[in-house]
Amino acid sequence: MLTILIDGIAYGMLLFVLACGLSVTLGLMNFINLAHGAFAMAGGYVAVVLVNRVGLSFWLALPLAFVIPAIIGAMMERTLYRHLYARSHLDQVLFTVGLVFMSVAAVDYTMGSQQVFVQLPAMLQGQFSFQGVGVGRYRLLIIVVCGVLAVALQAILVRTHFGSRLRAAVDDARTARGLGINVNAVFALTFAVGSGLAGLGGALGAEILGLDPQFPLKFMIYFLIVVAVGGTSSVTGPLLASLFLGIGDVAGKYYVPKLGAFAIYTIMIAVLIWRPYGLLSRHRGR
Amino acid sequence: MNRADSAGLASRVAQHLARRARWRAPEILFWLAAAATLFALPGKHLILAEIAILGLFALSLDLLLGYAGIISLGHAAFFGFGAYAAGLFSKHGLIAEPVLALLAAGAIAAALGFATSFLVLRGSDLTRLMVTLGVALVLRELANRFDGLTGGADGLQGVVMAPVLGRFAFDIGGHVGYAYSLAVLFVLFLVARRIVHSPFGLALGSLKGNPLRAAAIGIPVNGRLVGIYTFAAGYAGIAGALLTQVTQFCSLDVFSFERSADLLVVLILGGTGYLYGGLIGAVLFKLMQDWLAAMTPQYWQFWVGLVLVAVVLVGRERMTAWTGVIRGSSGAR
Repeated sequence: MLTILIDGIAYGMLLFVLACGLSVTLGLMNFINLAHGAFAMAGGYVAVVLVNRVGLSFWLALPLAFVIPAIIGAMMERTLYRHLYARSHLDQVLFTVGLVFMSVAAVDYTMGSQQVFVQLPAMLQGQFSFQGVGVGRYRLLIIVVCGVLAVALQAILVRTHFGSRLRAAVDDARTARGLGINVNAVFALTFAVGSGLAGLGGALGAEILGLDPQFPLKFMIYFLIVVAVGGTSSVTGPLLASLFLGIGDVAGKYYVPKLGAFAIYTIMIAVLIWRPYGLLSRHRGR
Repeated sequence: MNRADSAGLASRVAQHLARRARWRAPEILFWLAAAATLFALPGKHLILAEIAILGLFALSLDLLLGYAGIISLGHAAFFGFGAYAAGLFSKHGLIAEPVLALLAAGAIAAALGFATSFLVLRGSDLTRLMVTLGVALVLRELANRFDGLTGGADGLQGVVMAPVLGRFAFDIGGHVGYAYSLAVLFVLFLVARRIVHSPFGLALGSLKGNPLRAAAIGIPVNGRLVGIYTFAAGYAGIAGALLTQVTQFCSLDVFSFERSADLLVVLILGGTGYLYGGLIGAVLFKLMQDWLAAMTPQYWQFWVGLVLVAVVLVGRERMTAWTGVIRGSSGAR
């Protein structure tokens, strides 16, 4: 029972790190980026290549799994995405779905279509027992890393100058521009960090979520659930939504396997009907 | 305004509407060409039937997207629902005659569309995307779970179709299948054309432009949206049923996200909001698929993605400007 809870929390934490960048892009620029999972996949494959083929240590590969997708994200933002902020949601959906298709096929071509795993260092393998509860070492690592990230993000958002500019831009981009905040620069930086976090999540999650070229399509709906249910105006909303989704999904698959993902989708639709702009949203969506 | 003036205005409006609804020469040519393929390309009837079905499916999305402005990522939900309905009808001998089964499948899909339309009325574009996507995923899970009824991941097997109208049996070359699909497409196209040129269709156009103003001049926005959603769902259901009937098979794939996404590609290739977009897009899409899949079968999705990205960056209006020939005067306005 507790093992399931811990698995669920680890899973939820991963989803949070994967999806929190998306929640900011959606909230800040009102931009529907369905290709977010592609950055996560990029991070996952960076880790796989570095650890399995180059032989780099897992601990060194993780920061690189953040940095490389962040650079890719920043470049894509400057060259492609920024043309689409003012366009209709339909154009944004079409464009990002196109990117997803391209990334899926490109990774399939370069890396093969089979599922891959990152070779974990020995100290992260296996379980240890804590007061009679079996805890996977790797899952504990995920909870710690993602927990620290969540706290750090919250601190940056609430305490720093950059955080206050970001919040101002999310709440009302036009007024923020009027106050002299360079919203585009704030956004570009946030986009890069969000892509990097997705990459880190992809690298950490390769072991648990499974990594293959279909990753962006398989998990797109999960990211969207986190953002749509959690709302876009805080760190806590997506965090709660991810934990809820992670625990619900793990418990659902364990106790009623026949139901599969059915329960999650139904709950999501119910929540969206009840609160169309997210569970914790302060303002009506735009 | 006195009575004579308002009568004059009414007649001018009626004239304008009649002019918009008039058949233009390129449209007639389009359908003559389609009819000619029945005799001119007998070897291609299998793929032409696929094109006709895809065209019908895209037509149904065009009604939603092009006329009512609703973005759906889960239109395959209704397609798949109709496909399984038609398969089950014939497998269990409930409705043996294909045309009747088609209508019944369409009606069932429309009922599902009516039930889920209320979910789509609320919220932003993102919520709509999620809900439409979610409905398709839920249906796929259901079809997978009730494998006793649907055959689960193996697909629905043992579908044997009775002759159309009791006279025309389906043949291996797909000739009857194509003629049947094309006939259904043509009839449903006529109905859709009539509807978008009716006051109902004009109301849709106005609420797509600005829902607040549409409501202010007395258009029941939600009622119109429910109406078109139900109607489009019925069309998608009929398209799915056609696919099952022509291929005599039906699998979980009918609900897939890729199907909904491909459908958007089809519609974007042809252009939205003038009914022919889906049909032209279906022809282009299948030709492209045929050509590209022959070169790089495994990575064909890459090129679909590239086309999407390119179309959006170049601008959808510019890409489909040439379709103004068929749009006629209404496109220029």
